[in-house]
Amino acid sequence: MARERIPRQKLRARNPKERIKDFEEVALGFTEEQAISEAKRCLMCKKKSCVGGCPVGIDIPEFIALILKRDYESAIKKIKENNNLPAICGRVCPQETQCEVVCTLLGKEEAVAIGTLERFVADWEIVHSKLKKPKMGNKNGIKVAVVGSGPAGLTAAADLAKYGYTITLFESLSASGGVLRYGIPEFRLPKKILDIETEYVKSLGVEIKLNTLIGRTFTVRDLFEDGYKAIFLGTGAGLPYFMNIPGENLNGVYSANEFLTRVNLMRAYEFPKYKTPIKIGERVAVVGAGNTAMDCVRVAKRLGAKEAMIVYRRTEKEAPARRAEIEHAKEEGIEFRFLTAPVKIEGNEKGAVKNMTCIKMELGEPDKDGRRRPIPIKGSEYTMPINTVVIAIGQGPNPLIPHTTKGFETHEGGELKVDNNYMTSIKGVFAGGDITTGEGTVIAAMGAGKKAAAAMDRYLKEQK
Amino acid sequence: MYKITNKKILAEGITMFEVEAPLVIRQARPGQFVIVRLNEFSERIPLTICDSDKSNGTITLIIQEVGRSTKDLCALNVGDEISDILGPLGTPTEIERFGTVAIIGGGVGAAELYPVARALKNKGNKVIVILGARSKGLVILEDEMRVIADEITITTDDGSYGIKGLVTDALVKLIERGEIINRIICCGPILMMKAVTEVARPKNIATVVSLNAILLDATGMCGSCRVTVGGKTHFSCVDGPDFDGFKVDFDELLLRNKRFLDEERKALEL
Repeated sequence: MARERIPRQKLRARNPKERIKDFEEVALGFTEEQAISEAKRCLMCKKKSCVGGCPVGIDIPEFIALILKRDYESAIKKIKENNNLPAICGRVCPQETQCEVVCTLLGKEEAVAIGTLERFVADWEIVHSKLKKPKMGNKNGIKVAVVGSGPAGLTAAADLAKYGYTITLFESLSASGGVLRYGIPEFRLPKKILDIETEYVKSLGVEIKLNTLIGRTFTVRDLFEDGYKAIFLGTGAGLPYFMNIPGENLNGVYSANEFLTRVNLMRAYEFPKYKTPIKIGERVAVVGAGNTAMDCVRVAKRLGAKEAMIVYRRTEKEAPARRAEIEHAKEEGIEFRFLTAPVKIEGNEKGAVKNMTCIKMELGEPDKDGRRRPIPIKGSEYTMPINTVVIAIGQGPNPLIPHTTKGFETHEGGELKVDNNYMTSIKGVFAGGDITTGEGTVIAAMGAGKKAAAAMDRYLKEQK
Repeated sequence: MYKITNKKILAEGITMFEVEAPLVIRQARPGQFVIVRLNEFSERIPLTICDSDKSNGTITLIIQEVGRSTKDLCALNVGDEISDILGPLGTPTEIERFGTVAIIGGGVGAAELYPVARALKNKGNKVIVILGARSKGLVILEDEMRVIADEITITTDDGSYGIKGLVTDALVKLIERGEIINRIICCGPILMMKAVTEVARPKNIATVVSLNAILLDATGMCGSCRVTVGGKTHFSCVDGPDFDGFKVDFDELLLRNKRFLDEERKALEL
């Protein structure tokens, strides 16, 4: 019998005119009917290529089959066998380049909306079911330290706790979550969801110690002295890159990290109820076209910028941001200036940004990443009035840990070197996520945290 | 939560607290600071670690009321709790045997210099202290500094105590009498640090200034505190707060520290 051809369900989103007035979530997720309808589209194919596309290897057809049976309780249990943070992944993973890009349907029709289905069951659990602890290993009394509570650290800590280790998770900020807390705005990932997912990790027996900066509060060596038998470093890539153009230290020029940390972690958008200030002008330029840049420009709009634009040296095709985020930004009235690069920022007598000079670019031959290299067009410079500039051109690993503990080997960009078992050049110290790869995705960091946790378990068993 | 165990008013608008923060003490060195957030609505502000007591796990913070956050903190009492304290932060001050070191503090800058002066004295340096304040009632840590210093001069803007004038006047006198100064370490308002640097420059006396840029995370992830030193951008939270005074772009820092002036006023009015 021929399979009924059902179109991919559309993800519901709030009206752009309304949503730019607040920081509440834009995408609304599937209704139950939509979820069932979408689940029917899965072919339940034998080769399960989608599973291979998922960095943490969720058994996707299995959980989709459970959705079809309306057994959401079992569906979420199935997901949590591999993924400790499904409500987050269902929202922020770039599924179109991971599980969904290898979906068997693709080519004939649109891929199954795996991410939104994952989100559906995770959200269902939050509303309908008490969070349940999974099967835990017996407590073995061995202390393991996890440094950094971003996606890599949370995942490694949760998995190691499940193996039976006693886990302390050290975080430098006043709240856990890493980029999920300070980077991704409320309108893409509500902090309530992050809090619930973090509570789940804590329920596995992970102790989270906030306000503790490894490298300063204590060093990696101190952790061994304190009886930790192994250490996982998941400290991310939180060092912002600047452009090194004139005027970059003028008032009104922010790194994306500063801009987003003020808004997301410190809630500056609720100033003066929250005491951390943020200042924004009428015309805002965000430099870059990754997800961070999209977050910044959409935040700028919500903070009341009359015009908020993306300035990017390549074309829309090369933009690293998720398509959905670029679409959402366009709907919200964000202007895009492609093939454009800033060369100079100028200020007024008070040192505040007044205008920005850009140069137009054309695309040349592909570089070593395969992306066509932007080349400046001579004499194409033009100046426009700008009051706020946010630099979102990427970031590197924070050098604090290798600087304060001797013996770490690093790559040229400062990323920690690790072997096939995620072990650094210091015995017993493992690392994963952006600290080893440079800026990557949330789910790639989770995948690394998961594999590193398994490798640490093997290592610790060999040590006995 | 971090509990306040002692409180003392040092001068009008300047309060000293001892706070339980046992984790901060382990690696703390002179010149380092903490980030403090009073409660979930508060901002993160930097405060120097003025002293620490290993036996009861406390650190000493000296806070001058200059805006909303410092006013809220100074209103706290013994037994109250501070939500977040992160530290120690920043690169410690270089403590070596330099010879003769002039320690120059303006106002509450003395709080940062006290542990530095003590460490330098213990290392065998001759320590000459100059403390400046607007008037007599605002001079802090004089007794503590007297115990350490080989020589101490107090200056007040209005002449109500010590020498009438600025810290630079006292520094010029030291130089004029032929004192060989091997190093100056200076902490206070930006204009004062700039003025001290300009006195030291023609004499080529190495001058370390402790900068007070606007911090946010203070772990090197945002660049809010970036300063230009020797033509290059540095993050003062991790590369500093100490820098070579001869290389610092003080004028840029002055402008950058006025970034949120309007918002600071608004928050204070609440």
